[in-house]
Amino acid sequence: MYSVKELDGGTPPRVSDKLVTLEIDGTQLTVPAGTSVMRAATDAGVRVPKLCATESLEAFGSCRLCLVEIEGRRGYPASCTTPVEPGMKVRTQSDKLARLRRGSMELYISDHPLDCLTCPANGNCELQEMAGVVGLREVRYGYEGKNHLAVIKDESNPYFTFDPSKCIACSRCVRACEEVQGTFALTLDGRGFDTKIAAGAGNFLESECVSCGACVQACPTATLMEKSIIDQGQPDHAVITTCAYCGVGCSFRAEMKGNEVVRMVPNKDGHANHGHSCVKGRFAWGYASHPDRIKQPMIRRSIDDPWRAVSWDEAIQYAASEIKRIQASHGQGAVGGITSSRCSNEETYLVQKLVRAGFGNNNVDTCARVCHSPTGYGLKTTLGESAGTQNFDSVQHADVIVVIGANPTDAHPVFASAMKRRLREGAKLIVFDPRAIDLVRTPHVEASYLLQLLPGTNVALIDSFTHVIVTEGLHKEDYVRARCEHPAYDKWKAFICEPRNSPEAMEAVTGVPAAQVREAARLYAGARNAAIYYGLGVTEHSQGSTMVIAIANLAMVTGNLGRPGVGVNPLRGQNNVQGACDMGSFPHELPGYRHVSDPAVRALFSTAWGVPIEPEPGLRIPNMFDAAIDGSFRALYVQGEDIAQSDPDTHHVTRALRAMECIIVQDLFLNETAKFAHVLLPGSSFLEKDGTFTNAERRISRIRKVMPPLAGMADWEITAALSNALGYPMHYDHPSQIMDEIARLTPTFTGVSYGKIDRLGSIQWPCNDKAPEGTPTMHVDEFVRGKGRFVITEYVPTEERTSRKYPLLLTTGRILSQYNVGAQTRRTRNVIWHDEDRIDIHPHDAEHRGISEGDWVAVRSRAGETALRARLTDRLQPGVVYTTFHHPESGANVVTTENSDWATNCPEYKVTAVQLVKVAAPSEWRREFDDFTEQQLGLLPGPS
Amino acid sequence: MDPHKLVKMANEIAGFFAAEPDRAVALEGVAGHLRRFWDPRMRRELLRWVDEHHGEGLKDSVRDAIAAHRDKLLGGV
Repeated sequence: MYSVKELDGGTPPRVSDKLVTLEIDGTQLTVPAGTSVMRAATDAGVRVPKLCATESLEAFGSCRLCLVEIEGRRGYPASCTTPVEPGMKVRTQSDKLARLRRGSMELYISDHPLDCLTCPANGNCELQEMAGVVGLREVRYGYEGKNHLAVIKDESNPYFTFDPSKCIACSRCVRACEEVQGTFALTLDGRGFDTKIAAGAGNFLESECVSCGACVQACPTATLMEKSIIDQGQPDHAVITTCAYCGVGCSFRAEMKGNEVVRMVPNKDGHANHGHSCVKGRFAWGYASHPDRIKQPMIRRSIDDPWRAVSWDEAIQYAASEIKRIQASHGQGAVGGITSSRCSNEETYLVQKLVRAGFGNNNVDTCARVCHSPTGYGLKTTLGESAGTQNFDSVQHADVIVVIGANPTDAHPVFASAMKRRLREGAKLIVFDPRAIDLVRTPHVEASYLLQLLPGTNVALIDSFTHVIVTEGLHKEDYVRARCEHPAYDKWKAFICEPRNSPEAMEAVTGVPAAQVREAARLYAGARNAAIYYGLGVTEHSQGSTMVIAIANLAMVTGNLGRPGVGVNPLRGQNNVQGACDMGSFPHELPGYRHVSDPAVRALFSTAWGVPIEPEPGLRIPNMFDAAIDGSFRALYVQGEDIAQSDPDTHHVTRALRAMECIIVQDLFLNETAKFAHVLLPGSSFLEKDGTFTNAERRISRIRKVMPPLAGMADWEITAALSNALGYPMHYDHPSQIMDEIARLTPTFTGVSYGKIDRLGSIQWPCNDKAPEGTPTMHVDEFVRGKGRFVITEYVPTEERTSRKYPLLLTTGRILSQYNVGAQTRRTRNVIWHDEDRIDIHPHDAEHRGISEGDWVAVRSRAGETALRARLTDRLQPGVVYTTFHHPESGANVVTTENSDWATNCPEYKVTAVQLVKVAAPSEWRREFDDFTEQQLGLLPGPS
Repeated sequence: MDPHKLVKMANEIAGFFAAEPDRAVALEGVAGHLRRFWDPRMRRELLRWVDEHHGEGLKDSVRDAIAAHRDKLLGGV
């Protein structure tokens, strides 16, 4: 249920140009047509009793508590299922209504345990509240008869319990699973007295349930109840904040008891998530108080030395002195910094400012380097802005949805639920993916086309797809002529129409039947509104940037940009990938995507920061590793990023880390990178600081401090302290002042302030004089760069080829319950769903190699070897294998190579030629990893 | 910086611009990309490779781009 103090209108609000005036309890009011009588009453301040209605769900009309009288109508209609009509006169209270409601309530209570004082919902139970509202004073039926009071409680889910004895069969949970989440895991089984909620054939854990929490939120009793509430009791206050997991950026209410979080509930007013959540944001926040948290600063000379716990001041001074020493010996460019896309905008801005103004170079990068840097390059080149073009709600206007190299149900689950809702309404789906992702076939959704291409052939496929549209005259020539550069378009058109780009010519490359490509392309081109959503399956390739450009070309040539329902939509992996890029985290760009070579831009920042800005681009993350190995790069400040686990070719990365003289890690945990560090600065979780995140739809949302930093300092304060120790003064009293500075210096953020975000709830940039409240849809009348630019996208095969020695193609991905390197989710009860990474292999390839389900399998590539246990699946075609990388001991990146995108050096995680061989035990690398981990854990100081 | 890796990266940049039918535009594209996205020490190392090893392993278009736009690439080096 919604937590205390939140008003529930009972049925969803309606939007309509047509207004209806009616009278409720003598008060006249006007509401949009389609509004229910219940909603109209609530909006007018009249509360009608209800149990089966809640505003996140369509009306059901089963509980008979919300009955009303309507003048001129017979009987007592349910106000939740009755739409308003002009001139309608409604009475919500009468003696007859009171008797009817008490009668219904009496029946409910006759089969409900009377343990209110010890019930976890006590203080926040709709059944209890409604019993009071209707004035129930007795239950005449007694409790001796047949009832459900002894039905066994299902406690299998790690985060919530299901107690059927308290169930009133209102179906809110079933409907939430269907309407909100779209999983259809629950059902109302049986009839009459035997009616019960069933999660598949077994318990919740074994069912199709994805633990999004929608059912728990919808439940009006303690039937579905968070274990944290059972353990800790009801919250006493709530703070609106933003989830720190994926790029959907869901708004949450952190429900608190003092400084302790007792529940995270999705904010129904959240603009990105509209009251929905996934298992990570809703439940997997326990890592913030995990005993593994680093609570004190530490330093050491060598990675073989024991860590020494020191004061904040000593740690900061030591870090600063090391940076100064190394710069004095090896030059100003011998040091740099990296941020994670989990950091806030303010933190990221400060780190790049520290590097540029304090270190005096441009050696700053962010982990967007290894995920969406090609998005920045490709969309800036073609459209003029390094960002997605729409808001999430735009998908509700799409008629054809193309998902390319993304797995929304696992990696962006809340947006996936919105997408599935639109697909259930009839929108068509085309999927480009080597793997049959869940979205291809899910309840009441089936993709029209799964173009199951071979890894590494994205550009070949999209070129042939676009070839069909242009050669068959299905494109929008008028749109292109009006809005795009002509010479570039003509050149591109000649290229794309060449027969070598036809689906027939490309079939041998992509493995996708030409007829399928032609049909899918016609479907896309024929849609009134067609939208493209893509993920890392697009960017993490040697032609990642080319593919992003090709996607933009396709959208432009079909006129699918500049209005709701269309667009090019990168699904960002982490919460603040967009923001990290916006904040000038790349070594060639200052905040707002302005190149460091631009004298006017440098002058702006030089004046504001009081120091000259280096005009040359700095090192990108992979370049930093290479420079470390050659000795020209010797110190690194890493905030929140775990390069030792997440970056490709682990052997190369660890060699680079070992080569450096000073690695400063600022993190919540002793992560893999911290094992190579010399200074460890304890970071703060998203619950312990103020700031903002910018999600995949350019939406800037607040994170709010609900408890003090565990180790005493928020991350932005640590960066400022380090800068001050280096001699470059940084003085801010609050992150809002950092945002004010960002707004002063960044044209797309001119109108952004904490005050405005608080007032509006969130803001999509650009937010400036032209768009004072933000920009939901970009490129409406013209592209940001003026005219859209078509760029030729020749397919160039990756150098990573299969051979007799490495005959299979490995591709990588993520799953729902874990998040990236797993530093957070591995420290929650989510491990119950995924406690190890496995290698997925087609049964044909497995049989050929004598591999059975669960066998240990050596995964060998040109870069290295690891071992994983096998899982047999036909989601993949023969010749392709797949794994996740959520557990460091899996060593997925031991086998990925140094190949990268030509434009941005984004690693080619998605294509590695491998061989799989059945083995008896984990790999040699794994033994070395375990030994090193044991050694490093042994070097930590004991409890203080 | 490992010159072989720089050669590979430069060739991949050239691979993208190879589709440009106007060769002068393609060469400018290659040089411009190196100028805008490569740290000076990487450009310096690549130029050294061209000078000392005759650009061994480099595609013709990279060599030609460097020859045509050497001054631009030297900026900041």
